[in-house]
Amino acid sequence: MNDSSDVRDEEFIRLDGVEKVFDVRRRTGFLRREKHQVRAVDSISFRVARGEMVGYIGPNGAGKSTTIKMLTGILTPSGGRLRVAGIDPSRERTRLAQRIGVVFGQRTTLWWDLPLIDSYRLMHRMYRIPDARYRANLDRCIELLDMSELLEVPVRQLSLGQRMRGDIAAALLHDPDVLYLDEPTIGLDVVSKAKVREFLRELNAERGTTVLLTTHDLTDIEQLCRRVMVIDHGRLMYDGALSGLHEVGESERTLVVDLERELPPIDLGPSARVVRVEGPRQWLAFPASESAAPLVARVAADYPLVDLSVREPDIEAVIANMYASGGDLLQPQAGNS
Amino acid sequence: MGEVAAGADERRTDGVGPVTDGIRGQAGSRLMDGLRAYRMIAAMWIRSTMAYRASFAMTVVTDFAVTALDFAAILLMFSQVDVLGGYTLPEVALLYGTAGISLGLADLALGSIEQLGLRVRDGTLDTLLVRPAPVLAQIAADRFALRRLGRLTQGLLVLGYALVVLDIAWTPLKVLLIPLMVLSGAAIFAAVFVAGAAFQFFAQDAAEVQSSFTYGGNTLLRYPPTVFSKDLVRGVTFVMPLAFVNWLPALYVLGRPYPLDLPQWLAFASPLVAAVCCALAGAAWRVGLRSYRSTGS
Repeated sequence: MNDSSDVRDEEFIRLDGVEKVFDVRRRTGFLRREKHQVRAVDSISFRVARGEMVGYIGPNGAGKSTTIKMLTGILTPSGGRLRVAGIDPSRERTRLAQRIGVVFGQRTTLWWDLPLIDSYRLMHRMYRIPDARYRANLDRCIELLDMSELLEVPVRQLSLGQRMRGDIAAALLHDPDVLYLDEPTIGLDVVSKAKVREFLRELNAERGTTVLLTTHDLTDIEQLCRRVMVIDHGRLMYDGALSGLHEVGESERTLVVDLERELPPIDLGPSARVVRVEGPRQWLAFPASESAAPLVARVAADYPLVDLSVREPDIEAVIANMYASGGDLLQPQAGNS
Repeated sequence: MGEVAAGADERRTDGVGPVTDGIRGQAGSRLMDGLRAYRMIAAMWIRSTMAYRASFAMTVVTDFAVTALDFAAILLMFSQVDVLGGYTLPEVALLYGTAGISLGLADLALGSIEQLGLRVRDGTLDTLLVRPAPVLAQIAADRFALRRLGRLTQGLLVLGYALVVLDIAWTPLKVLLIPLMVLSGAAIFAAVFVAGAAFQFFAQDAAEVQSSFTYGGNTLLRYPPTVFSKDLVRGVTFVMPLAFVNWLPALYVLGRPYPLDLPQWLAFASPLVAAVCCALAGAAWRVGLRSYRSTGS
């Protein structure tokens, strides 16, 4: 009866050689079309344990969304084997829907023209959520995501950050075992981002919800995920800790300092180098695996410092560095998505 | 973890969850799930429309008035001629009313399905695929619009007028044929709606093609078949079986011969034709959805 009894917790999500090939027709002339195949996802295998929180990152068109769509049952894989909580998503889409929550950053799963609460009431019934659980879950989301003012507002009138919180709540009302988040912080302001991250951290810690998160923002990963997977050209390029990713990619963070006045480039020896100077503002690059604290201390001690900020490397830069460093993890493939 | 497990168990003890899927047939359970989702979503939209009663009343009246103008055009025509293709005004009203009710019912239930192409293009179809309900039901019930009752009301009034004025030698069969024709006609139009939507999985801007068969078909069926060329009548009888919506049964009721010399019993074939159309449309929908899920576009 319990459909998860045959699923081992270590492999709650399990992919074995999963592929997705699209046929793309391109117009090459009047009426003439050329057909060629694109491997959006090329033989990906990984396991995610129950209760893990994993970042799934990669540049645009790398195959992230295609993977998520296969994991939710939206798309049928072209090859390989895929199980989520023991369920084959493409064959038992509606049964899986009861066990997963999905948040698409770019589009809402809420009913656009209706007040937020209407969407929730409908989900209550559509997912057959017991009344007590529904109320408890909704109350919790309202409190932690600060939504009490938003319930009667039509979804189309919500700001992006408000709508995102609304979407996250909607994905959690039915106590899903797995939560997929596709770019959950895209376009959000700093406060909303922090609120969303805090909420996800608590959800994972308290309920043991398995979370798979795609993002462009490495800070999301840093603050939420111990494990990160990098996908590019449809292939899994890296699977491990975020710190390891920085080592593999030898990526750099940037310290931006505003001095009192224009000065010659700051000299801190080999630990950092100035990459750009613009009036009193200077950009210093230093290895991402090292702490910024000693660097900041030295700048503050030796220079008239007004303000500073640390910029994380973006994912594109990290991956570009992975290529440049030519490690054995890198197997660039022909074809793209 | 404990809480998650508890939630899952509670869900399974409500007696209508996934556990019962094995007991009911799979197709039957899909249908039940679909109707259940349809009812819930439609009810939500009705409640939301009723929050603004005055505005709702106005749109119904407007819709009614616009479709009423339609019939005014026919009245205008009959102010100049006494018969149209050998048919009198009450006879044409019978055709008009039955076609209008059939399309009105199908449009009320499934009209929203036209947005499918748009949803494929902007990617919002994906959000329906992650919910535990059949996609067809979700999209058909989306923005369920009671104002479409306007068209239905007008069809009923015109049919009422025709039945009162017409001098028909009623037999039990003829009486039975009226509701049978209207419901079969609605099912045929519904099949066209679904098949048209299925086609939009492949050509996202094909909503117009479907409209030409539904609204265009409705316009065609208001007039007696005798005013059209034989080839056109053949087309809507054998290729796109719209003639079974009302022409064949209505002409039997009116005691008129069918222009193509078909046997009289075909007047009673509408339910069968409707069932075949619905089965074909359902298959087309499944092919379309499967194609979407393998190509993502």
